[in-house]
Amino acid sequence: MTRYFTKDHEWIEVDGGNATVGITDYAQSQLGDITYVDLPAAGASFGAGDTAAVVDSVKAASDIYCPVGGTVTETNGALEGEPELVNTQAESGGWLFRMTLADAGQLGALMDQAAYEAYVKEL
Amino acid sequence: MSAPNAAGWRPEMSAAEGAAPPTSSGDRGLMLEEKLIFELAAPGGCGVDLDQPQGEVSPALGRFRRAEPAALPGLSEPEVVRHYTRLSRQNYAIDLGPFPLGSCTMKHNPRLNERVARLPGFADVHPLQPVQTVQGALAVINELAHWLITLTGMHGVAMSPKAGAHGELCGVLCIKAALEARGEHRPVMLVPESAHGTNPATAAFAGFAIESIPAGPDGRIDLAALKGRLGPDVAGVMITNPNTCGLFERDLKTIADAVHAAGGYVYCDGANFNAIVGKVRPGDLGVDAMHINLHKTFSTPHGGGGPGSGPVVLSEALSPFGPLPFTARQADGSIRLIEEADAAAAGHPHGFGRMAAFHGQMGMFTRALTYILSHGADGLRQVAEDAVLNANYVLRSLDDVLEAPYGHAGPCMHEALFTDHGMAEGFTTLDVAKGLIDEGFHPMTVYFPLVVHGAMLVEPTECESKDGLDRFIGSLRAVAERAKAGDPSLKAAPHHAPRRRLDETAAARKPVLVWRDPA
Repeated sequence: MTRYFTKDHEWIEVDGGNATVGITDYAQSQLGDITYVDLPAAGASFGAGDTAAVVDSVKAASDIYCPVGGTVTETNGALEGEPELVNTQAESGGWLFRMTLADAGQLGALMDQAAYEAYVKEL
Repeated sequence: MSAPNAAGWRPEMSAAEGAAPPTSSGDRGLMLEEKLIFELAAPGGCGVDLDQPQGEVSPALGRFRRAEPAALPGLSEPEVVRHYTRLSRQNYAIDLGPFPLGSCTMKHNPRLNERVARLPGFADVHPLQPVQTVQGALAVINELAHWLITLTGMHGVAMSPKAGAHGELCGVLCIKAALEARGEHRPVMLVPESAHGTNPATAAFAGFAIESIPAGPDGRIDLAALKGRLGPDVAGVMITNPNTCGLFERDLKTIADAVHAAGGYVYCDGANFNAIVGKVRPGDLGVDAMHINLHKTFSTPHGGGGPGSGPVVLSEALSPFGPLPFTARQADGSIRLIEEADAAAAGHPHGFGRMAAFHGQMGMFTRALTYILSHGADGLRQVAEDAVLNANYVLRSLDDVLEAPYGHAGPCMHEALFTDHGMAEGFTTLDVAKGLIDEGFHPMTVYFPLVVHGAMLVEPTECESKDGLDRFIGSLRAVAERAKAGDPSLKAAPHHAPRRRLDETAAARKPVLVWRDPA
């Protein structure tokens, strides 16, 4: 399994043709306490960069962009009752949705862990 | 000169020491703990003496008759009056002090407006009255429409939208109708990051897909990015000017020319028109539609103080698609209301429909026209100049303790933007806002706009005197210095408000919106 990152602070963990998407710990720290997560429906298809979810915090509502194109297979139902999981476990239990990849070649445009950490340091 | 008696104690009395003792009622001094009206009610209580019906009664409501009594609280008239009066005393209002909300102009509501709005000929009319009986009210609408068109340099105006976002929708629906009349499908609306948050919401509500245009380093629209995105799928662009960083979009004319050349329309969010009224005519900048918040620029009550009103001025290209009804002066001097039946005959066959049942917010029209006529054209220009002067006074008085992210880009317009940069570790914009409550000020807008970190947006308006501004600046400076120094007491602010720091996260995650009888 390999984890990639976007400049918009989403992470995507890829396992063959399947992937899990969430927001990074840096993103949740910037958003503040998360109060609601609006998740896509299973079966919904998105292109890379399309708005796939919305995360509401006490500060703002933020669009979550699909890191690569694909089709949603499953969403994290636990977030409905416990949106705070995105704060406490942004890069594990606070994942947002799972998807199948339309084109694994799009992953090449994303950052790896080291590149993302360097990117965040610059902000 | 002796020091002011800041504590308010009689000098011969020694100051209270330590924590105040609790009271048996829970009230503190004359600050009253007010229960919900349902909790105040006594069983069987009633404020009026109604006759019990005698004999056979046949209800006229048929199957709509209520099966069980409504759970209304039973209270006497003085109990109800006291309840709401007590609540009103806990409210902070523009009549009590400044409301430095950026992005949401809150200014003095002149009492002359109120007097005029209460004249029976304006206050006691009904929208279905025959037009010959309401000629004065219709003349107010017609005259105000004329002023709005003149001040903006536009071609037409739709008076009926009931608030700013409603006006946005009206303008975007005009764009949609114009595109349909041209037989073109343009599904995308461009919205810059520096626009008001309602702009993308409005475009989405009207069925457009939203694409964001980034802001440049000076807080204004990235012109190259915008021009690069224009094309046959773009319906138009929604621009807030002055924008929500408090900056004038200098390139608006260039943008409008490019958008028009690409076949699109320019919507301008005119919520901040108070900064440029009498100075700039948006029509000269190529704007096709712009709403004007009468409750911002023209001083009508705002927020909980009264209904909004958001007339939309339209360019020559969009005017044919404006909604009904509208007023028209006849050859004999009387004013007619153009409705669906006579729209075609009146030369307006392509209106997209109606935004509201009737003509608009009459009470706001009378207030706005009173404000305009009592200021005159020169006075309105001074409104804009003083609003901008006051905002720049705030900006430059505080830019040594608070970071002003676009301070280097020149003067601001009507609002001053600061960030949380430079505060001690763990101290945030929220702490500064709570500290201001202790100082006796309503906080400014926080965490908006999103394009800067920990935004604090201050709009003083033209209504505040220099002394008033100096008091606010002094308080904000004191609180900002505590945040920079990491004063731990600031993390627990407010200390002096009836309620301490509330758990806003729990309120958002687990809101309790309905009172339920605990019994």
